[in-house]
Parts: sequence; C-alpha cells; structure tokens
Amino acid sequence: MTHLIQLHEFDGGIHPPENKHQSTGRAIRTAPLPDELVLPLHQHIGAPSRPVVSAGDSVLKGQVIAEPHGFVSAPLHAPTSGVVAAIEDRQVPHASGMSELCIVITPDGKDEWQPHQSLCAELGVDDCDDISAADLVRRIRECGIAGMGGAGFPTSVKLSVGDNRIDTLILNGAECEPYITADDMLMRERARDIVRGAQILLQITAAERCLIGVEDNKPEAIAALEDALLALHEEHHIDVVTIPTKYPSGGEKQLIQILTGREVPSGGIPAHIGIVCQNVGTAAAIADAVDIGRPLISRITTVTGDAVSDKGNWDVLLGTPVSHLLAVSGYQPQKRERVIMGGPMMGFALPTTALPVVKTTNCLLAPTEKELPTNKPSMACIRCGLCAQACPAELLPQQLYWFSKAEEFDKAEQHNIFDCIECGACSYVCPSEIPLVQYYRFAKGAIREEQAAQEKAEQARERFEARIARQEREQAEKEAKRKARAAAAEAAQKAKKAAPAAATDAPAKTAATSSPELEKLQKQLDGAQAALTKTKEKLEAAKADPAMAEKVPVFEAALTKTQDKIKTLAKDIAAAKKAAKAAPAAADDKGDPNSPERLKKKWEMAQGRLDTAIKRLEQAEAEGSDKVEALRDGLEKQKVRVEEARQAWEAATIGQPAANAAAQGTPEPANDDLKRKILAQKDRVDKARERLSMAQAEGLDTVEALTTALSKQQDKLKQLEQQADAAGEV
Amino acid sequence: MSSILIAVIVLAALALLFGALLGFAAVRFKVDGNPIVDQINDLLPQTQCGQCGYPGCKPYAEAIADGDKINKCPPGGESTIDALADLLGVEPEPLDAEHGAEKAVPTVAYIREDECIGCTKCIQACPVDAILGAAKQMHTVITDECTGCDLCVEPCPVDCIDMIPVATDRSNWYWEAPTAGVELIATDRRPATAGGHA
Amino acid sequence: MALLTLSSPHAHGPNATSRIMLTVALATLPGLAVMTWFFGPGTLINVILAGLTAVVCEALVLKARKYPVGFFLKDNTALVTGVLLGLALPPLAPWWITVIATAFAIIFAKQIYGGMGNNPFNPAMIGYALVLVSFPVQMTTNWAVSFQMSGSEVAGLTDTLRAIFAGSADVADVYTGATPLDDYKHLISKETSDELLTRATFNGWLNGGWEWMNLAFLAGGVFLMLKRIITWHIPVSMLAALTLCSLVFGWDHDLYTPTWLHLFSGATMLGAFFIATDPVSASTTPKGKLIYGAGIGILLFVIRTWGAYPDAVAFAVLLMNFAAPFIDAYTQPRTYGHSKARRGLKTGK
Ligand code: SF4
Ligand code: SF4
Ligand code: SF4
Repeated sequence: MTHLIQLHEFDGGIHPPENKHQSTGRAIRTAPLPDELVLPLHQHIGAPSRPVVSAGDSVLKGQVIAEPHGFVSAPLHAPTSGVVAAIEDRQVPHASGMSELCIVITPDGKDEWQPHQSLCAELGVDDCDDISAADLVRRIRECGIAGMGGAGFPTSVKLSVGDNRIDTLILNGAECEPYITADDMLMRERARDIVRGAQILLQITAAERCLIGVEDNKPEAIAALEDALLALHEEHHIDVVTIPTKYPSGGEKQLIQILTGREVPSGGIPAHIGIVCQNVGTAAAIADAVDIGRPLISRITTVTGDAVSDKGNWDVLLGTPVSHLLAVSGYQPQKRERVIMGGPMMGFALPTTALPVVKTTNCLLAPTEKELPTNKPSMACIRCGLCAQACPAELLPQQLYWFSKAEEFDKAEQHNIFDCIECGACSYVCPSEIPLVQYYRFAKGAIREEQAAQEKAEQARERFEARIARQEREQAEKEAKRKARAAAAEAAQKAKKAAPAAATDAPAKTAATSSPELEKLQKQLDGAQAALTKTKEKLEAAKADPAMAEKVPVFEAALTKTQDKIKTLAKDIAAAKKAAKAAPAAADDKGDPNSPERLKKKWEMAQGRLDTAIKRLEQAEAEGSDKVEALRDGLEKQKVRVEEARQAWEAATIGQPAANAAAQGTPEPANDDLKRKILAQKDRVDKARERLSMAQAEGLDTVEALTTALSKQQDKLKQLEQQADAAGEV
Repeated sequence: MSSILIAVIVLAALALLFGALLGFAAVRFKVDGNPIVDQINDLLPQTQCGQCGYPGCKPYAEAIADGDKINKCPPGGESTIDALADLLGVEPEPLDAEHGAEKAVPTVAYIREDECIGCTKCIQACPVDAILGAAKQMHTVITDECTGCDLCVEPCPVDCIDMIPVATDRSNWYWEAPTAGVELIATDRRPATAGGHA
Repeated sequence: MALLTLSSPHAHGPNATSRIMLTVALATLPGLAVMTWFFGPGTLINVILAGLTAVVCEALVLKARKYPVGFFLKDNTALVTGVLLGLALPPLAPWWITVIATAFAIIFAKQIYGGMGNNPFNPAMIGYALVLVSFPVQMTTNWAVSFQMSGSEVAGLTDTLRAIFAGSADVADVYTGATPLDDYKHLISKETSDELLTRATFNGWLNGGWEWMNLAFLAGGVFLMLKRIITWHIPVSMLAALTLCSLVFGWDHDLYTPTWLHLFSGATMLGAFFIATDPVSASTTPKGKLIYGAGIGILLFVIRTWGAYPDAVAFAVLLMNFAAPFIDAYTQPRTYGHSKARRGLKTGK
C-alpha cells in the first residue's frame, strides 16, 4: 500500500528484451495427466530423500512416497493416485544430464486424495494465529516445500534461522528473467494465497514487516496483490513494492539490496542481516500446506519460445515429462533444437525432453535459432570492461575469465569468484561472446574439487600418522608384555633355585625356556645403568666446559630418560617376581584364543568400539555430515559384532570346564574347528565355481580373476584337508 | 680533495641508507615458513601407497628434502611434480615410470563382502586404517577414508577387493571449460554439446 | 534425440567486438576530415596506407599461425590500429615510415604477444614510438602546415603523393613546418608569449587548424562515450591531470606552454579519446582507469615540458601500459557482500 519505501539500486545489471507478453495472454491451465510421472528423489538442495514405498504399491494423491534424509532435505509426495511402477535410475533434469534414483508412478486416473486437513484442525486449536512457529515449520517440512524460484532450497531449513533476529520478510515477485511469467500469473490469479503465505511467514519469523518486491513491468500482478491486501480487513504490515525492471533484480541478494540497502555478507545468508527472502510461489505453496494440508505436488510452469505454438502457463503435476508438456503446447522441433529449463539467462539446456518437471521448473523455453541464436565462436577478450559494468556483484569478470582460462585458480579466488551468482549478465554484454559463466562454473568446480582433494589428503595424513603412532605403541606394549613374561619366568627359576628339592617338572620347563629372556632383561638393566653413569659423566663434563654449555639440557633430558628406563625395568622385574610366586598354571590360558578371559576382553573391546561409533555418528548427525549413512551402517555391523562377541563369551564360560578337560585329553576341538573350516571353504569353492561359470557364460572379462580366485580357494581347501588328516593321525 | 671527500661521504651515507632499508625489508617481509619437509609433505597426495619406494608420503618428503628425485610419486603425477619443482626451484622432470603410472581416474577399494573371509590381511595393509572389520568377520571399506592406494588388493587371499573408479555424481560433477573460439573454428566445429567434468 | 546443451546464458546482447571496433574507426572520421581540410590529403593517404598495411600484415601472420584468417580479420582490430597510426603520423611522412610503423605494430606489438586481446602495449603507439626514435628527422619535420599558417595553398594531391611516395624534397620544404607545440617550446626562451603567438604557426585561437582538429577528435570521443564504447574515466582524468599540471607549473606563459595549447594542440584529444582508451592495454577497473588516465596526463605534461620531444602521447601511454596490470590489481572494486575491497595479487589469507 504505502510506497514510501526508499529503494536502493544495485550496481550493474542489464535490460535484455523481456519477451514476457507471449505467455501472459491466457489464464493458467491445468496440464492433462500424463501416462507416467517420474519423481527424482533429489529435487531440492541437500541430501536426496529416501523412498518409503516400493514398486507395485498403490499410492494416493498427496501420500508421502519418500522421506527426507537429514536436516537439509525434503520429502516427496505422490502427485496423483496410482501405482508405483518402479524405483530406478532415470535421467534427471540437471546440467550434468546424469541419472539418479527416481520413483515412477503410473496414474490410475482417479486422482484420489489421501485425507488431509489444515494444521488448525490437526492440532485442534481454535485460533489459527496461536499455532507455534515450530508447528508451522514442521508442517512446511512435511509438505516437502522447497524454494520454487529456481534454487530449490528446502524452505523449512531457510526458515530455521537460529539465533538471528529477523526484522524483514521479503517475498520475491521480481521475476526478472526474460520469458518467464509463472510468478507473474500466480500473483495475478492467486494473490490471496500469496498474502496468506506472507502472513504465515510473518507468524513464523516474527518479522516486523513484509515487503513483496515486484518489477514494474507487471502492473496487473501488482494490482492483484494490492486488492488482496485491501481485502484483508485487518491490520497488517505487508507492502507491495514496485521496483524498476532490471535484470537480475530478482536475484535474492540483489532484491535485498534494492529493498533494504543491506548486503548479504559474502559466504553468509540473509538471516545474518535479519532478512528472510522467499519466492511468491513458495508463499502460495505454504498457504496451501498450512491451510489445507496440500503438499507440494504441482507447480506453475511457463511454456514459451517460438518453437511452441501455444505459449502459456500450466499448472503441472511434478514428475510430468517435459515432452508431454511440450506436446500439449504444440511444440515443433527445430534445427539446432534446444529446450531450456528455466530462463534464457540462468536456465540450463536439457539433454532430452524425456525429463520430468521438478519443484524448481519455473519455465520451459523452446526457442528457435532465430529467436535466441546459439553463441557464435567466441573471440578474444578485448578488456572492454562491459562485463564489469554489467556485473551486479561488482566483480571483474574479465579478470576472472582470464584466471579461469589459465587455470590460475588461486588468483580467481582472490578476485572473489565465489561471489559470482552466475547471473550471466557479463556473458550477455560481452562483445566477444565469450561463455564467461561456463568458465566460472568450471573454475568453481575445479577449485572445489581441489579443496576436497586437499581435505582428503589432510585426513589421510592424519590417519596415517595416527596409525604409525598406534603401531609404535602396540610394539611397545608387546615388548613390555614380553618382558613381563620373561621376568616372571626368571622369578620362577629363582624360586626353583631357592628350593631345588621342591621343584616340580612343569615350572622347571617353563623356567628353562624363559630364563634366557630373563637374563636379557637383567642385561638391559645393567646396560641402562652403565649408560646412566656415562651420561652423568658427560653431563658433568658439559657443565664444566662452557663450550658444551648448550648441550647440557640435552644430556639432562637423556639422563632422565635413562633413569626412567631403569625404573621401568626394575618395576618389570619386580612384577615378574611377584607373578612368578603366583601359580604359573594360570599363564597357560593365555595361549588359548578361546579362553573366557580373552573372549570377554574381545567383547569389551567390541563394546568400546561400538561406543565410539555411536559417538561419531552423533557428532556427524549434529554436523549434518554426509557420512552419517556410512557411519550408521558401520554402527549396525558393530552392534552385530558385539552381540556375537558376547555370545561367544557366554558360551565359553558355560562350556569352559568341559572344554578344558577335553583340551587336555584329545585334540578334538582343533579337529572340529578344522572340519568347520573345511566345510566353509568347500562352500566358498562352490561359490567361486558358480561365479566363474556365470562369468564364462556371459563372456565377462573377470573370468581370469575368478579363475585365479577359484584355484586359490581350492588350494586353501586342500591345505585344510591335509591339516585335518594330519590332526586325525596324531 | 674536498670533492672526493664529499663523494665518499655521500656514497657511504647511501650505502648505509640502503643497507638499513634492505635489512628492514628482510625483517618486515620475512616469510617464516614451516620446515621444508612439511612443505613438501603438504604437496604430496598423501595416498600413502608406497609406490615411491618409501613407506608413506612423509618419509618420501624427508627423502626429497635430503636430495632424492621429485618424480617418484605416481598418484601425484605431473601436477605434484610441478608443484614440487616450483617449491624447490628445480626443473620438473617427467614421472619416473619405474614407480608406476599416474592413474587416469581416482579409485577407491571395494570389498566384495560375501567373498571376504575375514582374514584381516587388508586391514594390516591399509595405511590409513580405512578398512573396518575383525577376524573372521566380513570387512568393509570406509570409502571416505580410502586413498585408493591399492595396497590392500595384493594381500587379499581370496582376491575379493576391487579398485573401482570414484563415481561422479551431482556433488562432484562440474562444467568443463569451454573450448576456446579459435579451436572451434580451426576444426570447423560448433559447440554441439558442452560436456561435464568429472 | 540429443538436444543442444550449452551453458547459460542462452541469450546474448547486441554487442559485438567487430562492430565496436568499426565504430571506433568511424568516430575518427571528423578528425580525419578536419585534418584533410587543413593539412591536405597527406593524412588521408596515410590512414589508407596504414589501414591496408595493417590488414595485410594481420592476414599474413594469421595465416602463418594457421588461424582462420577471415574470422579474425572481421574483428576489425587491425584496421583500428592502422587508422590510429595513420592519424598520428606526420601528414607528409614518407610512405615507408608508415609501412614500417604499421607492420611493426601488427606483427611485433600485437601478434607476437598472441594477437588480439593479449598485447600488453598499445600496438599503434609501439609502432609510432619505433619510427619516432628511429627516424627523428622525418618524424618531426614532415608536419604539414595548414593553409592559414602558410598563407598559401595547402599541398595538393599530386604534391602530397610526390612528397610521400617519391620523397620530393621540394614539396616537403614548401609545405612543412614545425608544430605549434614544438615552436612554442623552442622559441619561448627567445620571445615573450605575446610575440610568439603572433607568429604564423599559432595565428590566434581557432585559426591554425590544430584546434579544429582536436575539437573534431573530442567530438568523436564524445560520440564513443554516448555509444558506451568508452567510459569517461580515462579521457576526463587524463585531460584534467594535464590541465592541472599546466596550470600549476605553466602559469607563466613566458616560460611554459599555456594550458589551451596543451589541450588543443598536438595529439592531445586523439590520445585522450582514441589511444589511451584502447581497452586491451589500459586499466579496466573504474578507479584504475582514473589513475591510469591521470598518469598519462602527468607524463604527457612532463615530457612535453622537460623532455626532448615536443609531443609525447605515445611515450606517456606506453609508460602507463606498463603500470596497468599493477594498477588493476590494486584497484579492484569492492565486491558485493565484502566489507572492503581486496588489494594486490597476494593469494594468502
Ligand atoms: S565484456 Fe567480454 S570482451 Fe569485454 S572485457 Fe568482458 S570478457 Fe572481455
Ligand atoms: S555471472 Fe558472475 S561475473 Fe558475470 S555478471 Fe553475473 S555475477 Fe558478475
Ligand atoms: S608414491 Fe604413494 S607413498 Fe609415495 S609420496 Fe606418492 S602417494 Fe605418498
């Protein structure tokens, strides 16, 4: 209403031919139902969602077919009732032309809704204004709403602003890209929903005001919005602001600058400066989600360009194939055929028309060569600076181009390449027709890849160093244990010497075998003591001689080290002596890997690992890291392992006495074990054989590898059998 | 006489002045770098594969600092050699074929889990502890940690470890650089399709 | 069926390098016309000769580099280099000077560096400087005098052709003379300003042809600005710096060249609007352009006043070409969302 808002201007910008009138002639039409709907699981920024239906399931319109996975993610709903035909990889609308997992639904034509209701009804509150922000955000998330302006950022995530206080809510109705009129038509026809969405958003963000920015080339939309505001009959803080037409005023950062004069800090988000910005289409979808419980299952898409005869806007179910939409619009394939998803400035050309409409598809543009000529071969940059004059981010595109082309990525970064919003204004004005944006995309990708590689290398280095440290530690521990054993043996020998008459055969044996080790220990002690004296002498000398003064600390350090060593050795010997006094029989257990103690330790260790795994998982979840999945899998496996370890221990404790007895009597357990091994191995051989014959049948190139594997497995089997034979003979 | 004196004094003063300036610059703009070994190590790819003949990247970095050749690291390939040459101020040399060839695509290890016999040999071989598993349990590779060094492939008694190329997906795909206009015309091609970059 | 997949943007504006270059060439026409009117057809012949030489040389080099000749010739950059050089050389300079200067400009100053867009120095000015240094006599004595100055006829077509191609000394003697800048500089020590200005070379304001020529180039420059092919930064800062310097140092007209003579004599306007603004070798950031232009203005004044050459656009421009990359690195604009602009090329944190 009031237009007393001080507008600001952003630098640069261009005025490409608008070409909007072609598609605003007719009201929004509902696109006919296609034979098949293809719903990619990754239609938003963030992690792909996870299917919760399987092929063959019947689904109702609005039913959840995929759940969000992680915080930055969004669910997916069936756009109509029908049967899930498949869940498979299909080519998705993405610049890469890659295939990703999609849910394919065959509509049954009944278009039967699943029950849905407004949030008020669901919560059972009387006054809908009382609903808490958290409930509203939850509903928005459940309804799968993601930014409909083009980027597709999950709206619920954008509304979770943390500690940032929001003072201004901005609704983006600028729609500055040429050709696209989806938002324009939406504002004309569904202004009330947009206003309702604004109210909900104000309720969530607690912002003081809401500004709806619309370019001045959409007078009908502005009028419709103002009518809707008049119809509100209550006090509100929503203003429609007319802004001058200039591309890219609809860029989030640019619109914020125009309306508030504030700049989103580099690398930051609007919430950092107290602003939340949403597309008008998103606002309308929010109104639907909250007031009727309608999830995001359709959107308005402009179909335009001279290659279609019937230009206009369609209300399209998500997943509708582009070819279907083009067909109903009277598409005539052209020479040098192109179909662009999005606008001519920022949209991407589709590799084929067999791709579905997704949450972010605001426009399908099928131009003729005459209308939008494909770029001529580019000439050299003449450094005319037109690009720098056009750049809304105040970058130096000519320099960025130079650095990207020469792959001088560090300089490109230094020239703020990551602040480029890829608006294409620079390419548009470049007289040499250089595909500047593609250069920046390449450079950004390469820089990101480099960073990822560096991070990975850093991680690998740390892990490698940790491993080396661990190995050293283990080595040291082993050494210590060995020493302890030796000491014990020596003590036993001493005991034997002290009472030679009482000596039994068994301890004598152990003592005899381990006495050299004990001697070694003793020798080490002697050596250490000698070293100590020597170091002490050196230290004295160094202290006396000023020339050696700087070495004093070194010697001192060495001295303490040696002293420590002596102490540990002495302790070892003492411990060994003590141990020797205890019954040496207990030591026998150590040899048996299946002794209850060992098993218990194993179980405990497994439990410990499980704990760490849980901790790591929690951490990863908190950080929203994409490793969560892997970690979770690992955790499951670890749990199984813990359980197994525990069972093994239990079994061992119960069966121990008997087993012990048996162990003394016969070699059977070993035999049993062998038998089991042989069976397993036979299994494996069979498996390998099967695989080999399969590979041979299919003529795969793995045949050779499999043959080797098979012969290896067979060798192993033979070995085991021989062992078993040998054992049997004993 | 006096003119000679003046000349000498002026020259001396100038010498002092510039000496002071240089000294100041040396202190003010001193680059206090970390030791050369760490700098070298930072350039190595940290695959820890040992193809260079040393038990890991750090030891090789130490060896380079001691004067070993800079062209023994196949995973790093040409770019690493160039970076090392840059750092050390020497001429880059082609990769020493004796140590292996540069991989065309980065790979990660993948254990065919149903064939794994749980022998733990691969765990012992892995330089970065990227393999999970206990004795007689199926093992698995943490792909994020795997450096693609191949070291676990050889020890596996049942050959159940494959090195598979790192898949390109949406997260690591990016546009490739456009073909320069000149080349396009020279070959009389127009940009039919702009490809992506793995 | 595979469709075309090109990177966005898919739309392109009307700008085209070849058109920009052609417009630049056309914008020199008023200046060329005035020069022809006042000084005879010498300049016209020079421009044609230089333009032809430039295009031929460019074609030959492209051929040798195995580049598509037609495609690159169409960008018109060689033509512009030739035209500017033709305008800058003395009207009655012998033909071989023009050819040498142009060939050198195209082959060495432009193509050796990688062709269009890659030359760090303004090719036309490199060619000009080469012949100025190598053939000082021919370069300084072959300025035609306008008919107002000589009081007689301007050199006719045949005489001009004879002077340029046959090197007929008699023609040259009759029709050539020193330029106003040159005269003022050398004679001011002997005469007062008032005395000097009554000489035929000056002949009062708007009477010598030089002022008209400079005004014509100014008009062409304003046209380019209106067409948004050049921005105001470089010409304005260059002329402002020149004016300021001459006001500060040259206020005593009995010692130094007066401001109006600086501005409207010699190659000042041609330099300000057509040569200093050559985008390839100039600074490209807005602030950088101001510094770059001011640098040219100051150097121009310094060399004109204290240097050995009466005019110095070529040297001033070339010297600033050296500095352009450095200026650019230190005058990066503040990018959206950054609290301050980055400086220099250091890549550290
Ligand atoms: S608009 Fe094109 S030619 Fe001009 S400076 Fe920018 S990149 Fe170079
Ligand atoms: S694409 Fe990037 S560099 Fe080009 S104008 Fe837009 S923001 Fe500036
Ligand atoms: S060859 Fe392997 S171990 Fe050696 S430096 Fe390279 S990556 Fe590291």
